[in-house]
Amino acid sequence: MATLEIRDLHVSVGDGSDGAKEILRGVDLTVQAGETHAIMGPNGSGKSTLAYAIAGHPKYRVTSGTVTLDGEDVLAMSVDERARAGLFLAMQYPVEVPGVSVSNFLRSAVTAVRGEAPKLREFSKEMKAAMDSLSIDPAFAQRSLNEGFSGGEKKRHEILQLEMLKPKVAVLDETDSGLDVDALKVVSEGVNRFASGETGVLLITHYTRILRYVKPDFVHVFTGGRVVAEGGPELADELENEGYEKYVKAGASL
Amino acid sequence: MGLDTKPLSTLHEKASYDVGDFEVPTGREEEWRFTPLRRLRGLHKGTAEDGGKVLVEVDAAPEVTVETVGRDDPRLGRAYVPADRVSAQAWNSFTEATVVTVPKEAVASAPTVLRLRGEDASAAAYGHTTVVVEPFAEATVVLAHRGSATYADNVEFVVGDGARLSVISLQDWADDAVHVSHQHARLGRDARFVSHNISLGGDVVRISPSVAYAEPGGDAELYGVYFVDGGQHLEHRLLVDHTVPHCRSRVDYRGALQDQDAHAVWIGDVIIRAEAEGTDTYELNRNLVLTDGTRVDSVPNLEILTGEVAGAGHASASGRLDDEHLFYLQARGITFDEARRMVVRGFLGQLVERIEVAEVRDKVREAIEEELDLGAGRR
Repeated sequence: MATLEIRDLHVSVGDGSDGAKEILRGVDLTVQAGETHAIMGPNGSGKSTLAYAIAGHPKYRVTSGTVTLDGEDVLAMSVDERARAGLFLAMQYPVEVPGVSVSNFLRSAVTAVRGEAPKLREFSKEMKAAMDSLSIDPAFAQRSLNEGFSGGEKKRHEILQLEMLKPKVAVLDETDSGLDVDALKVVSEGVNRFASGETGVLLITHYTRILRYVKPDFVHVFTGGRVVAEGGPELADELENEGYEKYVKAGASL
Repeated sequence: MGLDTKPLSTLHEKASYDVGDFEVPTGREEEWRFTPLRRLRGLHKGTAEDGGKVLVEVDAAPEVTVETVGRDDPRLGRAYVPADRVSAQAWNSFTEATVVTVPKEAVASAPTVLRLRGEDASAAAYGHTTVVVEPFAEATVVLAHRGSATYADNVEFVVGDGARLSVISLQDWADDAVHVSHQHARLGRDARFVSHNISLGGDVVRISPSVAYAEPGGDAELYGVYFVDGGQHLEHRLLVDHTVPHCRSRVDYRGALQDQDAHAVWIGDVIIRAEAEGTDTYELNRNLVLTDGTRVDSVPNLEILTGEVAGAGHASASGRLDDEHLFYLQARGITFDEARRMVVRGFLGQLVERIEVAEVRDKVREAIEEELDLGAGRR
């Protein structure tokens, strides 16, 4: 059973001198295989910072606290080591990489994460099946990664990578934002497919809309750089009706 | 229209067959200011030691004739008049020239490969190559430069009406080579010209590709890929002179640089003259800086002398590997070194994959991998 444990995580951006600004102020969170957690919070609450800090983006500096995956110190790992250890971050804004085709990229990633190159034929079959299930035109395989993709196409490709890399814990950073309802359904089906399996899911979102399609086991309200309330799916319904207001105040007073 | 009504370009340099018409460059001139003159071994001032040799080996398509001719062959120098002192020096100094002829309406069934091999860089060698593609003929010509040399040459491409010529010039010189070259294309009506300059080796390489249009409808695509290592100077100076209406030009040169004193120069001059209505042109130069200590000079110049253009633009960008690219690939488990390779390969590969000759394409890919090996693990 894979377990991602985050304990008292403090994270700053900036260079540590007077320019540094603390964004995460003591995050505690445990995600186990097969569980789906929703992290919900208003803009600027630090949700995305949490996602990037877990993935190891160089812009964010962990000042204290721990992150472990099955007891292994994630913070001591490089970005690629974290991915190979079983962490996955679906990005809010996937970058365009000119000249690197989707299939070449996927094959390199699959090879890195599985530790050996898949046979070309099997890989092609696997990729095609995964693309089919996300209603991605197979012609995308030969296109440059994310280049000229619409917002929805980029998000589908994030889920495609997720399905092929089969991580232990996946962090989805606002994967639902910018999607129309059809795309949201396709992406949600994808999330449900791996959430029902061995993967732990940390779904970061601003809106409750995706929670109509993806049922979280736990909901965490995130404001002011920490978790201020926790509950079951009913908490999402409350947020839908009442908004973040009372939690924002709570976050500020902490 | 007389001189008084026709605005003149400031980009077009003077042209002459006579070395004496060009001052010895001092390095302060616009056209020489980026070039390390001291490393040209006297090619620019007539003091280069004579007696060097660059051997030409030919592997021609069956439809194509290749001849070695003397200086007096009337086909030489008809399309091109030397545009600077080194070019004029080469014109006056070569002893043998190579003439490639693709007969009218012939479609070459294979590439014609000219292998130019230098044996010794201590003395200067001069060359001249004329490629004539007669009307409605089609051919691909490869100029593959290797070995050690101090070499100045002129290459003329005469592309006839409705003809098509694709040229790949590979500068794969040894570390001590100096190569100063002009490659001039003259396009007939509806002629199509595609050029790839691949510059990898050599101490100083300065290539000046230029295009002139004799009739409307000409179409030129000029691509370049270069990989500059420590201490190397690789310079490409392009001139596309739109003098007649309804011609098209595209320029896309991309380079990567690594290590101390790697220097890339790209000059992209495009003139759209008053007569050249309906011109469609775009030029682009991009440089990827892989380490500290490198230098890029990238200067696009677009001179438009008519209001009636179909399209005209240019762009130049030089920068480091994008951290966000690397993060994205690494976040999928790909190591830093492999991520860096993928980004560079992708960046240059978009041009490499346009090279029509598979053998050359593979060779260029291999050479890029070797360059990347050199840079691996150095940070």
